[in-house]
Order: sequence, then C-alpha cells, then structure tokens
Amino acid sequence: MAARTIVITSGKGGVGKTTTAANLAVELAKIGMKVVAVDADIGLRNLDVVMGLENRIVYTLVDVIEGACRLNQALVRDKRIENLYLLPAAQTRTKDAVTWEQMCEICSMLSGEFDFVLIDSPAGIESGFKNAAAPAQEALVVTTPEISSVRDADRIIGLLESMEKESISLVINRLSPKMIKRGDMLDISDVVEILSVNLIGIVPEDETVIISTNKGEPLTLESTSPAARAFSNLARRLLGEKIPFDELEYVNSKGMLGRIKKFLGL
Amino acid sequence: MAFLERWFGKDKTKNQAKERLQLVLIHDRTDLAPELLEQLRAELIKVICNYLEVDDERIELGLEKEDRAVALVANIPVKNVKRYLSSAK
Repeated sequence: MAARTIVITSGKGGVGKTTTAANLAVELAKIGMKVVAVDADIGLRNLDVVMGLENRIVYTLVDVIEGACRLNQALVRDKRIENLYLLPAAQTRTKDAVTWEQMCEICSMLSGEFDFVLIDSPAGIESGFKNAAAPAQEALVVTTPEISSVRDADRIIGLLESMEKESISLVINRLSPKMIKRGDMLDISDVVEILSVNLIGIVPEDETVIISTNKGEPLTLESTSPAARAFSNLARRLLGEKIPFDELEYVNSKGMLGRIKKFLGL
Repeated sequence: MAFLERWFGKDKTKNQAKERLQLVLIHDRTDLAPELLEQLRAELIKVICNYLEVDDERIELGLEKEDRAVALVANIPVKNVKRYLSSAK
C-alpha cells in the first residue's frame, strides 16, 4: 500500500511548521495510522527536539543517502506511541547534501511501509524547500495571521501549484481570539479569502505549545489544551472527517471553565 | 476621536493589514514592475489606435485579483470606429 506523502511548509520561518508536523504525526499515530515524520531541514534540524527524540538518533537521512546505513537503521521509533517514527535530518551538513531525486527515492521506499509520510520542510523557497516538496502529492501550508507570513504563504502556494500538487491545504496557526475580536488581527475568513485555498486547520495561540516543547513531550498527549484539540481536529479532517471549525470558540469556553475550575481548586 | 474611530471599526488595524496585503500580492503574483505596466499601457493604446479612435485621457488599466489568479482589467472608452470602417473597405 502506498502512503499519503504530505509536505508541511510555509515559506516564512517560525510560523509553526515543525510543531504542526510533530503534532499531526502524533495525532495520526494515535488514530492508528502508521506514520513517519521526515525532517527535511538539513543543517537546521528541529523535529527531533520537538518530538523529544533527540537522544535516540544514531543515523540520519544523509547517512541513508550516502549508503552509511540502511533506511530502517536511521528510523527512530517513538516508544510512547505505537506506529510513530522519525527520520532525522543531519545537523552537521547543508541542504546540498541531498538532491530532490534522492529525497523522492527515500520517500518512495518509506511509502511502502507507512500510511503517512509527513515531510517537515525548511523555510525559504530554495533547494531545501524543493527537496522537501518534490516527493509529496499533498501539501499543508502553515501561516500565521500576519502580513509577512501570509505573503510568503502566497508565494509558496504559487510554487506548489506550479509543481502540480494534488491538493494544497491551509493551516492558520497562532490565532489570538482576543485580538481578532478587537479587530487587530486578520481573521480566518480574511486569510482564506486572500490565499484562496482550502482551509484544513486553525490553531489558537496557546502557551502549552512552548511548555510541551520544553519537556520534549508531544502536546497532543495532553488532550484538553486548545492547541492539542486543534491538531486533533486537523488530523481527523485530513482523514476526511467533517469537523466544524470551532477551535476559537473552544478557547473562550475553555478559558471560562479553566478559571472556574482554578477558583474551585480543581 | 481615535477612541470613537476604533469603536466604529474604521481604525481596525486588520483592515489596514488586509488592504496592504492585497495590493502587495497583486504585484508579487504578476511580478510586473510599475514601469513595465506603463509601457504595456502605451503599447496597448498604440495597437488599439490602429483600429479605433479612443479617449486616451480616460483609459483605465490595472491589475485585479481574482481568487488565485490576477486579471488585467482595461476600460477603454471608444470615441469613434470610423477609422476601422474606412480601412476595412
């Protein structure tokens, strides 16, 4: 069976590609899918630390390409969740260490073994992005509701369209319900209207994202935080479920409930 | 006053963001410099003038965004079609 190969990309750096890739991988694995997260950010890898697997890396993607090890030896299995694997990038090399043909070859080898191959793309529109996007049939474009990020997302969507991807979907990350209410942040409909692509996920700004990264524990293990719920919805929508986009309303209700609970000492 | 503008939503910064983004994206997507657009306008008028008499003071030519595509929209008032008819004889 061939896997769905999906690149997670954005153009601009720091908008949440790696966080999205890690949490989506965890959520899909929790649902029962066999998932491998591939770090395509060679030289600036981070998927390993976000997933909390940095101490278990022996070989990397570049070692596989250079024939220093077999593909199975480079895969890091997540012991906390069944069916979840990481293919780490090399940290001491540059993007030039791989070609897009080699990335395609590796991903097609993974495709036979997994249900999902998620590729975490580096920022930018150069060779690193092209290497990450080449093997994928589908793309998730992550943006925040800021001018610079939306502009870069537009550029990336244009490039993905010219690569003739089967589907391009949008994830809007780090939305602040408070700022949207005040009229100081582009809202969901603004961003969707400007970019004109299919919306698949909205993730509210949430402190638990940084806290979980600090600990190296995937956010989605703590199931009640607004962002964790948002990533869970994203995974289920990716599998074809119709789920209403109520992530921002949930933040508000959660806030109230949270405050009452705190007051009662629960 | 600023408070009132804010209250009625005229001063919402998200509207500024949206307008600025839409403008900048039209140019990003076409990759067409303003001088080139001006050159295009001049040449287009020259060609059209071979067939029609147009009011070149009132010509509107610009790029507009339509979903993920950009359209070149021109509004060219025609004064007279006589020249075209006479050359077709």
